[in-house]
Amino acid sequence: MTVTEEREVGAARRRKEDARLITGHTNWTDNITLPGMLHLAILRSPHAHARITSVDTAPALSRPNVVAAFSGADVAAVQGSLPCAWPVTEDIVHPDRPPLAVDTVRFHGEAVAVVVARDRASAVDAMEAIEVSYEPLPAVLDLEPAVAEGSPLVHPDKGTNRSYTWIFDSAAAGTGTDVAAADAEVVIERRYVQQRLIPAFMEPRSVIVDPGMGDYTIWSATQIPHILRVFYALLTGTPEHKIRVIAPDVGGGFGGKLQVTPEELIAFMAARRVGRPVKYTETRSDTMLSAHHGRDMIQNVRLTARRDGTVTGLSVKLLANMGAYLGLVGPGVPILGAFMYNAIYKFPAYRFECSGVFTNTTITDAYRGAGRPEATYAIERVMDELAVEVGLDPIEVRRRNWIKKEEFPFTSVAGLVYDSGDYDAATDKALSLLGYDAMRAEQAARRESGDPVQLGIGISTYTEMCGLAPSRILGALRYAAGGWESAAVRVLPTGKVEVVTGTSPHGQGHETAWSQIVADELGVAFQDVEVLHGDTRTSHKGLDTYGSRSLAVGGIALVEACRKVRDKARVVAAHMLECSPDDLEFTGGAFRVRGTPDAAKTVADCAFAVFAAHDLPDGVEATLDADATFDPQTFSFPHGTHLCAVEVDTQTGRVDIRKYIAVDDVGKVVNPMIVEGQVHGGVAQGIAQALHEEAVYDESGTLLTGSFVEYTLPTSADLPEIISDRTETPATSNPLGVKGVGEAGAIAATPAVVNAIVDALRPYGVTDVPMPCTPERVWRAIGGAS
Amino acid sequence: MSSGNAVPSQPTSMSTTSGSTGSSGSSSARLSVTVDGIRYADVVEARTLLVQYLRDTIGKVGTVVGCDTSNCGSCTVLLGTADEPGRSVKSCSVLALQADGANVTTVEGLAGPDGSLHAVQRAFHELHGLQCGFCTPGMIMSAVDLLRDNPDPTDDEVRDALSGNLCRCTGYQNIVRAVRAAAAELRAQVTVSGEDAEPAPRQPVEVAP
Repeated sequence: MTVTEEREVGAARRRKEDARLITGHTNWTDNITLPGMLHLAILRSPHAHARITSVDTAPALSRPNVVAAFSGADVAAVQGSLPCAWPVTEDIVHPDRPPLAVDTVRFHGEAVAVVVARDRASAVDAMEAIEVSYEPLPAVLDLEPAVAEGSPLVHPDKGTNRSYTWIFDSAAAGTGTDVAAADAEVVIERRYVQQRLIPAFMEPRSVIVDPGMGDYTIWSATQIPHILRVFYALLTGTPEHKIRVIAPDVGGGFGGKLQVTPEELIAFMAARRVGRPVKYTETRSDTMLSAHHGRDMIQNVRLTARRDGTVTGLSVKLLANMGAYLGLVGPGVPILGAFMYNAIYKFPAYRFECSGVFTNTTITDAYRGAGRPEATYAIERVMDELAVEVGLDPIEVRRRNWIKKEEFPFTSVAGLVYDSGDYDAATDKALSLLGYDAMRAEQAARRESGDPVQLGIGISTYTEMCGLAPSRILGALRYAAGGWESAAVRVLPTGKVEVVTGTSPHGQGHETAWSQIVADELGVAFQDVEVLHGDTRTSHKGLDTYGSRSLAVGGIALVEACRKVRDKARVVAAHMLECSPDDLEFTGGAFRVRGTPDAAKTVADCAFAVFAAHDLPDGVEATLDADATFDPQTFSFPHGTHLCAVEVDTQTGRVDIRKYIAVDDVGKVVNPMIVEGQVHGGVAQGIAQALHEEAVYDESGTLLTGSFVEYTLPTSADLPEIISDRTETPATSNPLGVKGVGEAGAIAATPAVVNAIVDALRPYGVTDVPMPCTPERVWRAIGGAS
Repeated sequence: MSSGNAVPSQPTSMSTTSGSTGSSGSSSARLSVTVDGIRYADVVEARTLLVQYLRDTIGKVGTVVGCDTSNCGSCTVLLGTADEPGRSVKSCSVLALQADGANVTTVEGLAGPDGSLHAVQRAFHELHGLQCGFCTPGMIMSAVDLLRDNPDPTDDEVRDALSGNLCRCTGYQNIVRAVRAAAAELRAQVTVSGEDAEPAPRQPVEVAP
């Protein structure tokens, strides 16, 4: 007989998740109703900075259907302070962040008081009856004014708006030389602004706290049920084993649900106070005001090079807006970027300095890419400037500087070991897909003819650090937790398999991809695998989903758990087949005696034998289960080349993306359909930063982009068709050879688009257009330059 | 029209009842509406939005709310009459009482009585037209409406028609593919059966209030 291997890994399996999502049989947190459940409304500050002189909740309490109402002052002694898990320096200024403001509000939208009522409408009606008196204080909103002498202070008791300054210097670290001594035949100095963005996941956040009899069950639209459980225990004094956190169906996150939120703690306090389940579901306006924002940095970049285009050094000075307080991982976001400004290039000298700065704005924290899009933007923009300065094609200047395939593993000037990559292969493929030479010829013709619609080509050759993260590195960077991930595999008596994962998917399709991995590892059918996640009672160990870590860390834990199960099953199969385990090979979904492939036992056969347990070999326990925890030794490094061709109408400033090419190398691929979807969505968010989105405050600190009317998420009519392809250089750091894909598109796309716009407008003397490159800004850039 | 907010042209009947059930003292009225083939009779506050009625009163939580400004389209349903299958509306922009006497189809009522998926649902699955799935109910309902108007839309026509439905995960590309694939399948069904493939509205089943 011939044994054939049909691999699930690598197949474009349709998703298991879809069945409920396309029929409305979903379990969003806001869909859940419990007996006796009450509803919460939260009154928010209309001021960016003000002293609270009085709060009167009595008028709310007298309204019908109201069960409780309280303010920050009422819970000041018990509410504690929300956590920052990443105090990046020893001397970081880390002010308290009470869930409910007590005597001062520090941003527009900060929670001030709450109402608990029988239904949501009654809660909102009563909330409007609460009387709060404010005494407005001077506010500071922008980074440079906030660090200027005499600025209003967000936390006057701290005496400064500077939370921390974090420095990396390759000379001091021993990973390179001194930037001050770098050969500087050419010096490029630029200032770039990473505008403030709002993650804008489609499902507004929602939380239900059921206080039970002191054993709390909490449903939350979160990316991090496991981390949340730990913090609930630490912050509320409730024993951890009396807390169960469930992340049911979660409608997107993009880092925006990687947070321990005031609302989660407020709902907890309310439920504990009234002894009944309490639900809070935010409106979109609440999301925009109070869920954390992203980016908001000013980058001063100094690149030195020789005339032949060889980069000799890079110095980056960064101001990063923390908002009014420190978020869960907010201070660490720009630090993740610190390791990526050197990107795929091999220059010898690098210095990075970042100050985290307080302003009277909503906190910032992780948003798709978290530090790496900003870094990639700066270096890829400045490489284009270098190309112009030394008179080389921007592709050529990159080629002269990037790490060659044969140079891997390569220790970067920032001290990370890149395991693998092939930048030539990805770039060559992208150039061919775009038709680069023909596009350049057309560009030249349009310039020649003075066409009012100019053509520009933008290049972005990126890498990123994924698979967050090696616990030892996180510890060295002062992150409070580790970066491991966990999985458990249980083979049921009838051969079906339950998988428990510590990852917490919210759109990434883990139920599907994890089933594919298990199918191959255990020789079971794809549909015979059930993936359980997002409930700390079934999945007690996990560090959840963010930072393109789920497959590169959680997927490896799953493989290891499967292999432990297989090793157990092998002993049982050998016993049944009356041979030595060493005589068996696992192929075609079964253990087979070498040379006698018809003598075979499947994992399901072993599972039933283990269940019956009538005749197990000595020392074999009657379960076919295994757990594994994987802690990566290094990051993974996806890379790729994105090319964007834009047409810019020089008379109106309108930008049209004519062609977008994404060639990504994410290593081995478990499900190419899911990978392509991740690339599409990431590129869409990257384009959105380049062209569409910006969170805007007015001078008094009122958020002007408080809804989808003003914060302009791109619609289907705004986005181009994306042509995506891959090269495949397997990661050498894990047994699947996978690298991660969740953030790649968002990292690569923004500089590709802006480089294209600037490239189109070079003949007009344009060297930069601030993001988002709206028609008005493009038009002004042209006008301002001429 | 698919991304618009059409409401049925026939007048709605609002019979105000005595004794408000609401907390704000706003008036309440009787509502009789058929949702996914089931007839419901309720008394609702005048200010209740159709989406609130669907989710909070009759438990049709497959339809979701993603914003409060009618931008996201996550709450899109079909609003029609017993004889007419209905047009897409954003159910956050319709008062529940405006649906009095109407026939509402949500994503939960789109599959056939035997559970067989609608061509648009199948295509979203086959072509990976969803990731987190939160926008999906509204996206699917808008697409169904589009394909009634335009059985063979171009990419640009799909993009234009769905521009009232926001998605943050997919970049829309696979949604466009899915809608066009569903269009092709529906056209093939029409060719085979020689008549309109849209099933007639099912007879309502009476449910006591």
